[in-house]
Amino acid sequence: MAGIQKNILWAGIVVVLAVILPLIPGVSDYRVFQLTLVLVYAIALLGLNVLTGFNGQFSLGHGAFYAVGAYVAAIMMDKWDMPYYSTVPVAAIVCLVVGFLFGLPALRLEGHYLALATFALALAVPQMLKHKSIEEWTGGVQGIVIIKPDPPFGLPISQDQWLYYFTLFVAVILFVCAWNLLRGRTGRALVAIRDYHMAADTMGVNSALYKSLTFGVSAMYTGIAGALGAIAIQFVAPDSFTILLSITLLVGVVIGGLASIPGAIFGALFVVYTPNIASDISKAAPWAIYGIFLIVFMYLMPTGIWGGLRRLAALIASRRGSA
Amino acid sequence: MDLFIQQVTSGLANGAIYASVALALVMIYTATEHINFAQGEMAMFSCYVAWQLIDWGTPYWIAFFAAIAISFAGGVTIERVILRRFHNAPVLSLIIVFIGLLVIFNSVAGWIWSFIIKEFPSPFRNLDTGTTLVGPHDLGVVAITLVILTALFLFFRFTPLGLAMRAAAQNPVSAKLVGVRVGWMLALGWGLAAAVGAVAGMMVAPIVFLDPNMMAGILLYGFASALLGGITNPGGAVLGGFILGVLENLVGTYLIGNDLKLTVALVIVVSVLIFKPSGLFGKVRVKRV
Amino acid sequence: MAALLEVKGLQAYYGQTQALHDVSFELEEGGITTLLGANGAGKTTTLRAVCGMVRTGGEINLGGKRINGVATEEIVRMGVAHVPEGRGTFVNLSVEENLKLGSFVQRDKSRVQRDLDLVFNYFPRLKERLQQQAGTLSGGEQQMLAIARALMLAPRLMLLDEPSFGLAPLVVQEIFRIMKRINEEEKVSMLLVEQNAALALNLADHAYVLETGNVVMSGPASVVKDDEGIRRSYLGY
Repeated sequence: MAGIQKNILWAGIVVVLAVILPLIPGVSDYRVFQLTLVLVYAIALLGLNVLTGFNGQFSLGHGAFYAVGAYVAAIMMDKWDMPYYSTVPVAAIVCLVVGFLFGLPALRLEGHYLALATFALALAVPQMLKHKSIEEWTGGVQGIVIIKPDPPFGLPISQDQWLYYFTLFVAVILFVCAWNLLRGRTGRALVAIRDYHMAADTMGVNSALYKSLTFGVSAMYTGIAGALGAIAIQFVAPDSFTILLSITLLVGVVIGGLASIPGAIFGALFVVYTPNIASDISKAAPWAIYGIFLIVFMYLMPTGIWGGLRRLAALIASRRGSA
Repeated sequence: MDLFIQQVTSGLANGAIYASVALALVMIYTATEHINFAQGEMAMFSCYVAWQLIDWGTPYWIAFFAAIAISFAGGVTIERVILRRFHNAPVLSLIIVFIGLLVIFNSVAGWIWSFIIKEFPSPFRNLDTGTTLVGPHDLGVVAITLVILTALFLFFRFTPLGLAMRAAAQNPVSAKLVGVRVGWMLALGWGLAAAVGAVAGMMVAPIVFLDPNMMAGILLYGFASALLGGITNPGGAVLGGFILGVLENLVGTYLIGNDLKLTVALVIVVSVLIFKPSGLFGKVRVKRV
Repeated sequence: MAALLEVKGLQAYYGQTQALHDVSFELEEGGITTLLGANGAGKTTTLRAVCGMVRTGGEINLGGKRINGVATEEIVRMGVAHVPEGRGTFVNLSVEENLKLGSFVQRDKSRVQRDLDLVFNYFPRLKERLQQQAGTLSGGEQQMLAIARALMLAPRLMLLDEPSFGLAPLVVQEIFRIMKRINEEEKVSMLLVEQNAALALNLADHAYVLETGNVVMSGPASVVKDDEGIRRSYLGY
């Protein structure tokens, strides 16, 4: 069957699995919560991947956009009593604008310089969030606590399960949109800008506009993830959004597989579950194990999990072909 | 006025540390076109090694030079054992590897020596500077940094090995064609960068106290200094370090207060980069179509 | 006389692409052999193969010793000096530093000044420009610097890749005259790749003609030079 149809089939299978998973007996609320986090990170990683993987613009600062989305959700729910689902579109718009505005001056920067600028942004945001002048909004160092929403219409599922399905719903929409975007002209333009930087303009691609818009869209996705994450975790505080978050996002994108949509899901699984595995291996220095993991991974699978799977599939196909 | 001078001199001392870190970054960048994100953690680890030696009763200066030697060996080993396998890897893979190294050093340091803050001695404590405008440690830091910078400059400029290293960094293919073992030159570069980083760590620890996370902010300033001066320009990076050190202090004291000085200093750096993307003294890279 | 360089059935690859299929030739000690052929024939690749800069199959023997798979810098230390396409000068370093790099592998440090004087004897212009940045030299001077640096290695074998490229005819003549002197006076064997076949055939004793990665013709230079048929079909004149 044609490539696209095969992709749709696979996507369908994944979605069905995702829907069934929390309903399997024995899957605790905590596990469902973890799965929700996987979805949240998948959205964030997709956002970063569009910018860094497909468009080649480095960001060491996406934690900042995640934080903005998270705080937008928290402030709306805590200070203005708005319902949780309304926070998502608002976080989206705010981050789209912020991302686009950041993308404009960032146009002049490339490679390491852009990495530094985004790194600076990531470091600045927690400091700014702690600042006294906006404390009444942000809750200062203590942050804001959010109340977990109840499932609507009295559905017979737990709060965690409802949040999971809500997040899944948003995730599916976002993934489909991204897939459409990247498949068509826009996707090709982004890749052209990444690979043939100077030539892209001569090919009639307005690279300045595309690059800024990509920043905006990327920030929007990560901001939505932040909002969903805040609702799931029920808490935001400046120290949840340190540079470590930005680094984690970048790691997730590369490990999952650059410039790939499924990579975002694998990356999210890695991000959520590896720290646990690492501390299982070594209580004393779990991050050292994590670090060793990263190095070995990059050596063995430089194209990420998704790239590795594709190579495996190609290997199997060629074996079958010659058999 | 006294306050101003004090802020400037302590700014210069901080700047000396940023300059050292910046120099280490530039050295590795020049040789490999990669930013060593693990530079800060390596320096921190070196400092802990020194601390341990002192804790066992070693006199300060012996521990100082021992730590430098151990760091040098460590840098060479990391390049030969780990990084050599990633010579042709894409940029982002390398970045992940550096992040891995960063995390390993931080975690192992915390594991061996715990995350409790420790004091680290300054060898200059009893120095009499003859004035209240300059602290003894600050003066010592600037002096040591200048000594190291001079030594490195002389090494690269006037020794055959230094020449070979410069050649290997500028044009590895041609360097091989004159018989230079480029791989070992890279390893040497890493060793030197690690050694310079070790000095930076040992100079800053008395000020900010020793703990596994002490170098994170300093690495950022080092990075910013290197970019401010021009990532391919060692002299510029050093100058950038001093400028940033003084700027940070003046901004913190007179403008914004210490809470946001990290933010403001970075905003300044980023603004400079917007107008001069290759840094203040960097060469503009002409890209051929 | 024993062959200094012996190449048998050489294959060479750039990644998955095979650039040389079957190249065989010999270079006698003290001789000058030239590799000729059109663009893309594989001449530069052959030199790179001898230097260990590309993946190879087949046999490459230097002074009877097999050097396939040996690292470039080690082959250089065995006495092979390669003057690459585009000169390969260190453009940001001075002329003096370029020359000093040529003597980097020289164990006997007392030789360095002697070698420098030798080089200045052949290329007096370089002595005048000693502290100048190499990138600011003219094309001809850079070519001289490249050959001089190779000479500082005190090599047994010098590989030259298109030394006439982009240079004015008078400069090229001067350089080729000096190359002849180096070969005769310093006893340096030479493997020369040239687009300018006439020039190369005047200098060399043997010639091999390559076409798409294979040797299609070989013989003493004088024979090849005078054979109109060969010249028309393979060398374009």
